[in-house]
Amino acid sequence: MVKKPEIIIEAKALEFNYPGDSLNRSSAINGIDMTVNRGEYLAIIGPNGSGKTTLLKLFNALLAPSGGEVLVEGISTVDHEKVPLIRRSCGMIFQNPDNQLVATTVEEDIAFGLENLALPSAEIRQRVTEVAQRLHLDKLLLHPPHLLSGGEKQRVAIAGILAMQPRCILMDEPTAMLDPSGRREVLDTVKALNREEGIAIIHVTHFPEEAAHADRVLVLNQGEVVEDGPAEIILTDLEMLHSYNLQGTAVVELAALLRQDGFNLPTRILHNRELVNSLCQYERKS
Amino acid sequence: MSRSITLGQYLPGNSYVHRLNPRLKILALLLLLVLLFSLNSFAGLFSLLAMALLLLFSARIPFRYFLKGLRPILYIVIFALIIYLFFTKGGVVLLRIGSFTIESEGVREGFFVITRLITLIIFSLLVTLTTTPLSLTHGMSFFMKPLSKIGLPTDEVAMIMAIALRFIPTLMEESQRLMRAQVSRGADFETGSIFRRAQNLVPLIVPLFVSAFRRADDLALAMEARGYRLGAKRTRLHVDKVLPADLGTLIFVIILIAAAFYFKL
Ligand SMILES: Nc1ncnc2c1ncn2[C@@H]1O[C@H](COP(=O)(O)OP(=O)(O)OP(=O)(O)O)[C@@H](O)[C@H]1O
Ligand SMILES: [Mg+2]
Repeated sequence: MVKKPEIIIEAKALEFNYPGDSLNRSSAINGIDMTVNRGEYLAIIGPNGSGKTTLLKLFNALLAPSGGEVLVEGISTVDHEKVPLIRRSCGMIFQNPDNQLVATTVEEDIAFGLENLALPSAEIRQRVTEVAQRLHLDKLLLHPPHLLSGGEKQRVAIAGILAMQPRCILMDEPTAMLDPSGRREVLDTVKALNREEGIAIIHVTHFPEEAAHADRVLVLNQGEVVEDGPAEIILTDLEMLHSYNLQGTAVVELAALLRQDGFNLPTRILHNRELVNSLCQYERKS
Repeated sequence: MSRSITLGQYLPGNSYVHRLNPRLKILALLLLLVLLFSLNSFAGLFSLLAMALLLLFSARIPFRYFLKGLRPILYIVIFALIIYLFFTKGGVVLLRIGSFTIESEGVREGFFVITRLITLIIFSLLVTLTTTPLSLTHGMSFFMKPLSKIGLPTDEVAMIMAIALRFIPTLMEESQRLMRAQVSRGADFETGSIFRRAQNLVPLIVPLFVSAFRRADDLALAMEARGYRLGAKRTRLHVDKVLPADLGTLIFVIILIAAAFYFKL
């Protein structure tokens, strides 16, 4: 018998309206049923205002559902007593690296969540040291946040979450304000955490290239999940993506152009290597 | 430019005073101030001043920091001196200007008060220059702790101070960026009347406020997401351990006070 995957986050008939939403406007979240499994890398894409940020905030108990419910490791997010547990197992990284670092030094910032858990100082120290080594921040521990690069700031934010030993990290466009090298720095860190430590990642992004790193991609539109499937299926369906005003990756768009020009390429080309391979074989075949 | 922004007055170092527990530094400062104001003799006052100067020297604090620290009280010092010189009578008459006289008792008293003020400044500087603003904040919140019994949010106040310290450099950077952006569009912050210059600052201050409020919003969310709850019990990464040197210092200060009272200094 196949072992059922362990569910970390489950949304059931989830709905959310911002206060002041009038009846003629649709809800920010409009009846979502979905699950996130342990160790999964899930990307969420969707046009502006489709409800991506709202969904993450609901998962992190920063917002309470207007209808339906969210279960994080089986605990409902409306259970006030248990909210600290939820925040511990599902940490959240925000878009602006400057506005999520709280403390005057890197080490104090990594320690912030642990201080909130009221752990003994010795244990906080130990975890901060471990996490800093893991994310190669050990040389920066005494630096004030304003002297760090954008990529470093985001890695400090990730370290602060990692120190809480989470099951899942929620990321709301974590690379949107970074330069290309900072972006790569953050992506590599996140991918390593997912592969090596089995931490589930939910990654909201506007970059199709970033979504291509995920195992599974979810498309959100007007507060509804309109597509949900493996990255190579969702991200190669250009017709669908374009219908929601989304772009494909450069490789997918290029493959589509080539197909239009009559090149007979396979349909599911997502990664650079796949395109290169099929082009090389193409040449040999013809 | 942003890298040169220093926070508070802290001068990094590793001297005896630097290493003292911040809570103890504050306590010792308070005790020494009490002592300073109960001393009546030049002998006692000068010993205390000598001690303060010795500590200042051992902490390798450049003399100009001391002068900078004196600047704010310069007027008080001059004012006090004038009052004492002209209005304290007694002893021999040293100088006569019309109906005003300066008498030796006035000189003595004036000199005494100034020395006392300067010693006070040195001790305070010793604490603020050798303690990071964050440690200082936490040290002070420790002594405020009893106030939380009557409902004052002392831990939260310490958190507010710490966050302010964290964001001052960020906001400074931002204001400089805005200023450059405005200057490149022809704004002028350096010439014209004060009124004119203040007016030119408006396009700087409005966006700065807007962005500060947005930051505050984001930060509140991030803090909540990381498990911060108002009024909940927290621990700290840094514990200010009490070391033998701290106890020794405290005992020394107490002996000083006892001696001063015993010998009626
Ligand atoms: N604080 C708020 N108050 C009222 N309405 C809001 C608020 N935040 C978001 N909304 C509305 O809720 C809907 C979903 O917003 P949300 O921020 O979740 O979208 P998003 O997918 O994250 O968009 P983006 O790609 O721009 O980040 C939008 O229609 C938005 O206008
Ligand atoms: Mg968003």
